[in-house]
Amino acid sequence: MELVPVYLAFILVLSIFLGFELIAKVPATLHTPLMSGANAISGITLVGALLAAGSGLPDAVATWLGAAAVFFATVNVVGGYLVTDRMLGMFRRREQPAKPEQR
Amino acid sequence: MTALAVNLAYIGAAALFVFGLKMLGSPATARRGNALSAAGMLIAVVATLLSEGVLEFRWIVVAAAAGAVVGALASRLVAMTAMPEMVALFNGSGGIASLLVGWAALFGGGEAAAAVSAFTAATVLLSVAIGGLTFSGSLVAWGKLAEALPSGALLFPGQRFVNGALLAALIACAAMFMLNPVPDSPYFFAVLAIAGLLGVMAVVPIGGADMPVVISLLNSYSGLAACAAGFAINNNVLIVSGSLVGAAGIILTNIMCKAMNRSLANVLFSGFGAAKTASKVEGEVKPIDANDASLILEAASAVAFVPGYGMAVAQAQHVVQELGELLEENGTEVSYAIHPVAGRMPGHMNVLLAEANVPYDQLVEMEDMNPRMPNVDVAVVIGANDVVNPSAREDENSPIYGMPIINVDHARTVFVLKRSMASGFAGVDNPLFFGDNTRMLFGDAKASVAEVIAALKG
Repeated sequence: MELVPVYLAFILVLSIFLGFELIAKVPATLHTPLMSGANAISGITLVGALLAAGSGLPDAVATWLGAAAVFFATVNVVGGYLVTDRMLGMFRRREQPAKPEQR
Repeated sequence: MTALAVNLAYIGAAALFVFGLKMLGSPATARRGNALSAAGMLIAVVATLLSEGVLEFRWIVVAAAAGAVVGALASRLVAMTAMPEMVALFNGSGGIASLLVGWAALFGGGEAAAAVSAFTAATVLLSVAIGGLTFSGSLVAWGKLAEALPSGALLFPGQRFVNGALLAALIACAAMFMLNPVPDSPYFFAVLAIAGLLGVMAVVPIGGADMPVVISLLNSYSGLAACAAGFAINNNVLIVSGSLVGAAGIILTNIMCKAMNRSLANVLFSGFGAAKTASKVEGEVKPIDANDASLILEAASAVAFVPGYGMAVAQAQHVVQELGELLEENGTEVSYAIHPVAGRMPGHMNVLLAEANVPYDQLVEMEDMNPRMPNVDVAVVIGANDVVNPSAREDENSPIYGMPIINVDHARTVFVLKRSMASGFAGVDNPLFFGDNTRMLFGDAKASVAEVIAALKG
């Protein structure tokens, strides 16, 4: 059991290196969508929020905290992915007919 | 679903996030990459909902529906010029969500007011502190960007001392909480309050032109907060995704700092321009009217537009694109040179120009543009100042000395579109305005460009 924190830290270190490798290759042109897309990914905390809100623990406070977290994390996830998609839809190559923006 | 199946789904989700970020490496694949990443999120959420840990759906449905409506509306309605504000708010909501998840983990013992393990308590503290700081810092950043708060740097004597004292108090309260980690410990609420206060104090001294750094840093924090929450509830997918986001934010922060030739510490603590005063440049500006400008542009074979935050403020991106297209039809080679810190967040100008239908192969980064600059007939500076200021190369006393700039003064002719003769955001004098080959086109950027277009057509 006391090894669990070590495994988690192991995952943390490797993911940070992976993140550096991945993100360093993103061109400056896409830095705004990268940021809003990354923002949507950080909404993964929604998973934790769902577990807290749905745990059915006797203490109502935990449920309320979880429900509030579900709200904020969902804003992050839904808003983040949609706005990133909207932005990326605007990037086009030369000589291609522009796609009309969907609203 | 069993715990095993849920965790396998989390592995799939994490792999999709990684693939999605990888595909963000090129504008051609980026949109599909984002869709993959969203699919990963969907898998993670569905697996969680089906897991044995989720028994109660009532509040989940209500909260998730409300959140989805808010998020969807915000993403549809936001103007591209307001993207920095939007991202600031999203950073904040990510921060507070992680804070709440960490807080809820304190009740994990099942029985009310039961102490949790030291490891859980420590990670809860981390997620609450980082999440709280991200939340309040993001709100201040939003206020500055939306100009609901004064956008300049707010400095007062003893600021560092106050911040140091707050940090010490945070650590002291955290230590006291660790002695007895129960949900109703007064020290827990003290940590909550101090973290929020620290977030405000951290962003207040940072000026508007340094916002790209702050936004990137807060982005990183929102990831780290998710990561800490992952530790608190023993969840791998939170740790992986959180650290990917944390790394992204740190890389962007680093790029922004390099593009201003300043250290992160300097951006965070010093305000701007406090230490040095630039040598005053004197000279005569040579104004030009739209008619003459159109004649020069018509004769040019290579034109480079250099946009800055002023273009976003004037909403001039669409007329600029129209002018660019007109010049291209005339056989001119048109490009857009973009400084990494132009605008209020990384890549801000690129998104605005993409919105205005400028193809992305015309968007050129600073390092690629500078060697080509001597062959550019006309460089058109629209709402940019510091990023084209030659003092950054020449004047050792200038506060921006050493910052890499777009060398528009190496072009054969420079047009500077400017509302009037006030100095730019950083309050530094710009010798570019007095250059022999510089012509000033005064007036609102949008109106000026429209006049030039009319003159070209007529």
